[in-house]
Amino acid sequence: MSNAFIAFQKNDETRCIVEAIVEDNPGAIVVDQPAMVKVDVPGKLVIRRSTVEEKMGREFDLQELQLHLITISGHLDETDDEFTLSWQG
Amino acid sequence: MDMKVAKKLGLKERYTMMTRDLAWDTTYQPMDKVFPQVTYEGIKIHDWDKWEDPFRLTMDAYWKYQAEKERKLYAILDAFNQNNGHLSVTDARYINVLKLFLGSTPPLELMAGRGFSMVGRQMVGAGPRVACMMQAVDEYRHCQTQIHSISNYNKFYSGLSEFAHQQSRMWYLADGKSFFDDAITAGPFEFMVAIGFAFEYVLTNILFVPFISGAAYNGDMAAMTVGFSAQSDEARHMTLGLECIKFMLEQDPDNLPIVQRWIDKWTWRGTRKLASVGMMMDYMLPKRIMSFKEAWEIYFEENGGALFKDLARYGVTVPKCFPQTIEEKEHITHQSWIGFYMKPDAMSFHTWSPSPEELDWLSEKYPNTFDKYYRPVYEHWAKMEKAGKRFNNKTQPMNCQVCVTTVKYNEPGDPMTTCFRESIYKGEKYHFCSDHCKEIFEHEPEKYIQTFITSHQVLQGKCEPEGVDTDAPDFKPGSHMMEYWRLDPDVQGDFNGSLDQKNFAAWRELATKN
Amino acid sequence: MTMDLRTITIQPLRQTFGHLARRMGADKPASRYMEGTMDLQPVENFHYRPTWDAEHDIFDPRLTRIVMKDWYALKDPRQFYYGAWVLARGRMQETAGADFDLADEQGLAAGYSAEGKQLVNKVLLPLRHVAWASNINNSFVSAYGYGIAIAQAAAYASMDQLGIAQYITRLAISFEEIDALNEAKTAWLNAPEWQGLRRWVEDQMVMQDWFELFVAQNFVLEGLLYPLVYEKFNAKLNAAYGPVVTMLTRFQREWYAENAKWVDTVLKAAAAESPENKAVLAEWVHNAKQRSIEALTPVAEIAFGADANSIMELLVGQINARAIKAGIGA
Repeated sequence: MSNAFIAFQKNDETRCIVEAIVEDNPGAIVVDQPAMVKVDVPGKLVIRRSTVEEKMGREFDLQELQLHLITISGHLDETDDEFTLSWQG
Repeated sequence: MDMKVAKKLGLKERYTMMTRDLAWDTTYQPMDKVFPQVTYEGIKIHDWDKWEDPFRLTMDAYWKYQAEKERKLYAILDAFNQNNGHLSVTDARYINVLKLFLGSTPPLELMAGRGFSMVGRQMVGAGPRVACMMQAVDEYRHCQTQIHSISNYNKFYSGLSEFAHQQSRMWYLADGKSFFDDAITAGPFEFMVAIGFAFEYVLTNILFVPFISGAAYNGDMAAMTVGFSAQSDEARHMTLGLECIKFMLEQDPDNLPIVQRWIDKWTWRGTRKLASVGMMMDYMLPKRIMSFKEAWEIYFEENGGALFKDLARYGVTVPKCFPQTIEEKEHITHQSWIGFYMKPDAMSFHTWSPSPEELDWLSEKYPNTFDKYYRPVYEHWAKMEKAGKRFNNKTQPMNCQVCVTTVKYNEPGDPMTTCFRESIYKGEKYHFCSDHCKEIFEHEPEKYIQTFITSHQVLQGKCEPEGVDTDAPDFKPGSHMMEYWRLDPDVQGDFNGSLDQKNFAAWRELATKN
Repeated sequence: MTMDLRTITIQPLRQTFGHLARRMGADKPASRYMEGTMDLQPVENFHYRPTWDAEHDIFDPRLTRIVMKDWYALKDPRQFYYGAWVLARGRMQETAGADFDLADEQGLAAGYSAEGKQLVNKVLLPLRHVAWASNINNSFVSAYGYGIAIAQAAAYASMDQLGIAQYITRLAISFEEIDALNEAKTAWLNAPEWQGLRRWVEDQMVMQDWFELFVAQNFVLEGLLYPLVYEKFNAKLNAAYGPVVTMLTRFQREWYAENAKWVDTVLKAAAAESPENKAVLAEWVHNAKQRSIEALTPVAEIAFGADANSIMELLVGQINARAIKAGIGA
């Protein structure tokens, strides 16, 4: 199973986002690099708005991810509530 | 927006209403006159509405998020410049990374911008048009923020001030120029595969992620901020490239062989282009974060592998060059640095011999090849340098007719032999660096016989500065190359002994003493 | 080792890039607009001719009848590089967003009179397709125009027009008039009073000279349309039904006032270059004016009934005055 991944610039907001990903995606592997953080998940990576909001203690629009993204891998599907990256095969 | 209505509509519906509902099929002018370029490449599109928009940014959201990014970015740039941030980089050698980067990257970002404006005008569907136009303005952003971040370095260091002039003249920038010229002169779908897919999806991670992480590691906050901020747009660009591939493949089975040929061609062209990026990672960053080989494995072999495994359902196979790139990842950065080291008088950045510790790092990172093939070269050159005879090759190189790089890479399976290929077309002989470039040529010879190769053009008197009389009896072609390039004398020669080296040391001294 | 980098003063070796110093005639600091604009487009040593137009170079000054010694004379008075543009639009969208939120929260739009809504639906909503056409046409200018000064400003203008089309759409959503969007599209495609305008923008989509398109779209058509709708028609709605539409079209009004400065400056620079340019521009303005008046008069009639002609005459007078000020003549 190929890894879907996402990488963010390191800051306080993305710390919450990464926490949310780890909580919602069993098997998530967090890789720390200078100034950036990358999360790999086999097959499918989901970011749930509700979990991020819980971590941040405020409302969160998934389009805010735009501000911190460095790169992604996988097919993207975005709704109001979920941001999903996945590979088939 | 009214939450009640917003909820009723949802992100996808709302976005549809905000983009594709705006478009209509023209009737006073035929659609094929309004959009004249979408058929001649042979790609068949039956239903543009089947395009899936991956990111669904309306302009208000785009402006909101992009403005927030720019506010942050320019605040950091200003602070970095005001505090003489350039003196906080690890070592003045690092600045040569910026010289190569400034010459090669912002001009290409700009070409990408113009190319996406063209494709954004030519695509029939509203979905891809809007995504392309958004990418076009993003590319302006990248070009300009890169220039703005390096502008302050230009005030203190050599080799940066003539990048705009050199972009079309410098021999070693011709590979990138030919890459983008090639893409932009192709049709809209091939452009999307070349830039949107091969470059943005398959290869751009190598350029930005480890390289910009490397800038951060070397204390260059300005480059790091600009690089990562650009990457935040890249995620959008990558999904556009991937969506475009899927769209073509889903529209008609006849598209597969065309798309596959483009994937083969552009992955190879991109790989060649990235050799100099790998060289920056392995040789030019004073503090290294990972080797090119490691980056290649993560971002090309693993990530690209996942991608091609996924696309297999459409019948796409891994690019033909894949095995060769895996073999070459052990070699190309060394061969590139050696190639550049040999030309200290003809480049707008400095080169140098790796230090003994750096040689050891390279041995550790390249256990299969470095000690066997490349360490002896560097040790020999270090000896020559010590004896006051730094190696300096003044002969004209041979260039590949397709990728325009100096023919310097090895024969597949034989690291000791340089790979040469040739092809005869209409009685003329053309040279190539590889089988892949030869094959690209043979598929479209009428295009690639046009390639502008500096070493050939010089002999025809076409690389002369303004004001030189090429009809004068004593005219000697190529005798004014420094003026033609506007090459700063301070950037010629080895890094050791350079003005940059002296100034950086003196300025740092000032900063550490009272 | 600690360093106090801030306190040291070191003498720069140079103030700016070589191409900018040559342009300014002196080595002095250049603006970010200049750094991000001047001389960046490649002009020489192109590798290949376009497969889609083998008669021309990738960027080719011969794609328009306008001739300039220096294409960077077509400067943007707003000095918009990407960052400056996006910050300006970021501020405008923040205001617009707050206006829409307020209208929605307070039910201002929902409470708009039915008669007023009907008029808005009929006049304003089809214009999102005109903005879409302007987006296409400006993207043509940004694609095939010569030099980055004009190309980048046109790229921003094309995104602005997409934004405007979306703001009109959002107004309909605020008014809970989603069905009216479909009716407006049907009118745009079929209703006789819109066909002149649709024909005109479709004809623009096949214009081959990018500068002529710039003149026809940005100077003439918009120069008549925006005052007609966002000033005159808006004033009528304001007087009859209250200020909600004024509030929800603020972006368009602010945008037009600012964008027109750019358009006028470009025309002025091109006209000042040579009598030949001036004559070509005058010819283009003349032709586009005839087409635009024909196309917009039926729309003005929906909005103003019997007053349409006198209002159109007034607006044509304004365009003529702008043309004279730009050095083209009326």
